[in-house]
Amino acid sequence: MIDIKDVEHVAKLARLALSEEEKQKFVKQLNSILEYMNELNEVDTSNVAPMEHSIKITNVMREDTVVVDFSREELLNNAPEEEDGFFRVPKIN
Amino acid sequence: MDTVTREKYEVVIGLEVHAQLKTKSKIFAPDSTEFGNEQNTQISPITLGMPGVLPVLNKSVVDMAILTGLALNCKIPNRCKFDRKQYFYPDLPKGYQISQYDEPICIGGCLDIKGKRIGITRAHLEEDAGKLVHAGADGIAGSNYSLVDLNRAGTPLLEIVSEPDMRSSDEAKAYMEELRNILRYIGVCDGNLEEGSMRCDANISVMLKGSKEFGTRAEIKNVNSFKALQRAIEYEIERQIDLVEEGERVVQETRLWDDNLGETRSMRGKEDAHDYRYFPEPDLMPLEISQEWVERIKETMPELPKAKRERYMSLGLSEYDATVIVEQPELAFFFDEVIKLDANVKTSINFLTGEVAAYLKEEKLSIGETKLTPENLVELVNLIEKGTISNNIGKQIIFTMLKEGTSAASIVEKQGLRQISDEGAIKEIVQEVVNSNPEQVASYKAGKVQLLGFFVGQVMKETKGRANPKTVNELLKEFLD
Repeated sequence: MIDIKDVEHVAKLARLALSEEEKQKFVKQLNSILEYMNELNEVDTSNVAPMEHSIKITNVMREDTVVVDFSREELLNNAPEEEDGFFRVPKIN
Repeated sequence: MDTVTREKYEVVIGLEVHAQLKTKSKIFAPDSTEFGNEQNTQISPITLGMPGVLPVLNKSVVDMAILTGLALNCKIPNRCKFDRKQYFYPDLPKGYQISQYDEPICIGGCLDIKGKRIGITRAHLEEDAGKLVHAGADGIAGSNYSLVDLNRAGTPLLEIVSEPDMRSSDEAKAYMEELRNILRYIGVCDGNLEEGSMRCDANISVMLKGSKEFGTRAEIKNVNSFKALQRAIEYEIERQIDLVEEGERVVQETRLWDDNLGETRSMRGKEDAHDYRYFPEPDLMPLEISQEWVERIKETMPELPKAKRERYMSLGLSEYDATVIVEQPELAFFFDEVIKLDANVKTSINFLTGEVAAYLKEEKLSIGETKLTPENLVELVNLIEKGTISNNIGKQIIFTMLKEGTSAASIVEKQGLRQISDEGAIKEIVQEVVNSNPEQVASYKAGKVQLLGFFVGQVMKETKGRANPKTVNELLKEFLD
């Protein structure tokens, strides 16, 4: 069971500002999701290796070469704010 | 702190070293990794974490990590994978750093320093973050926004984690130096602490001597030079001992070293962020590293610093000289060429660690940027060994050779520096010097034997340093005694 403290903690880590109402709502919703997951926990998986991917491919690699597809101007165009070729962001404390 | 208190405690140090791997492109994106270019000129949609892009692993990064693991006596598991380490900060636009959590590429190695073995827990691959520039004249304090340069974001890093095996700041420094040597010799990292291509976090705790249980550790970040590492450790030792002595507890936390103030301070508030919620990176497939792959890399392993040092010492070099030259890979490679040409090892090394090293430092050059060749140095050494020129003359003309690439023989001929070993010729000059300094001769005969140096100097002056010093000494004694 998770409580409001867990929700506040996770929200802080994700830098989300939640209202009291939202917090209550998420406690309920997250708990119902976790309850559902608990049902899966009833299956014995002690002899099953964790699966990270649904397909069995390994060693996907590229050669060490430099490729330039976009200019700085093009890439900065997507930023809400820029200054002197930098991305400009609110100060984080 | 008084030594009695200090002596009661033992320090326990483990280091986490981030080494930037010397690839041309980033670990998961094809942007250049070159240092020092204009902001945001080495970025791409992958580096910016645009929707729909996929990271693809750089093969050279894996090769370099395997090579490093082997050089550090690590095991290379046949499988490793990547994980997401989540934190929100503008230096990483994706909102997570791709790293390796529970299945790193290298495990369980060691490195020897001064006869002591330091364990290496693991080494894992990850991507570097970008850089934040805080606007406003007085840096962080005065600004209400930040500027972000993402050129460095995605640069491949190998984080090498040691066991808590070091017991002094000297040992920590020696470990860091030897690790740097190894990384440079195998060519995976340029080891430039100033440019940040090698960075270090230190885990430090203190305990009463003889205690079996480690104290609570603090993690010190931002130690960016060998000197800073030592100072930060010494500062932490005193801070932690003070706390324990006053009956307080050391808090487990991350502290930032301030090199200007010479102190560490708590980064409290960031502690929460240490909840990184790792999970397997769905965008990258696991790596399977076969024994054949490891063997192939092993074949490319060059001679490591320790073996090089031992080989030099077996050739008759002092431990000091061997250490000094091994710390400068370029000089060591140059020296290897000299050895192949069968020159006198001791005379050669004296030039390399003496005049040549001093010149390089003064001019801020590497040996490759000078005009000195191994062949020319060997010729110079041979001229001295044969007695054609004196050692002192050699020390003078080496600078011309460094600057102009001239051969030693041609300088000697052109400037008439050939050593005078002919006894008859030297005898005449000695006679002259003795005749024209009657007062000094009288003092010498009265027992002031240290005046011999004065006479030698006078003869050398007359011959412009060309007289064979041994002959001069012998003849002077003959005349005076």
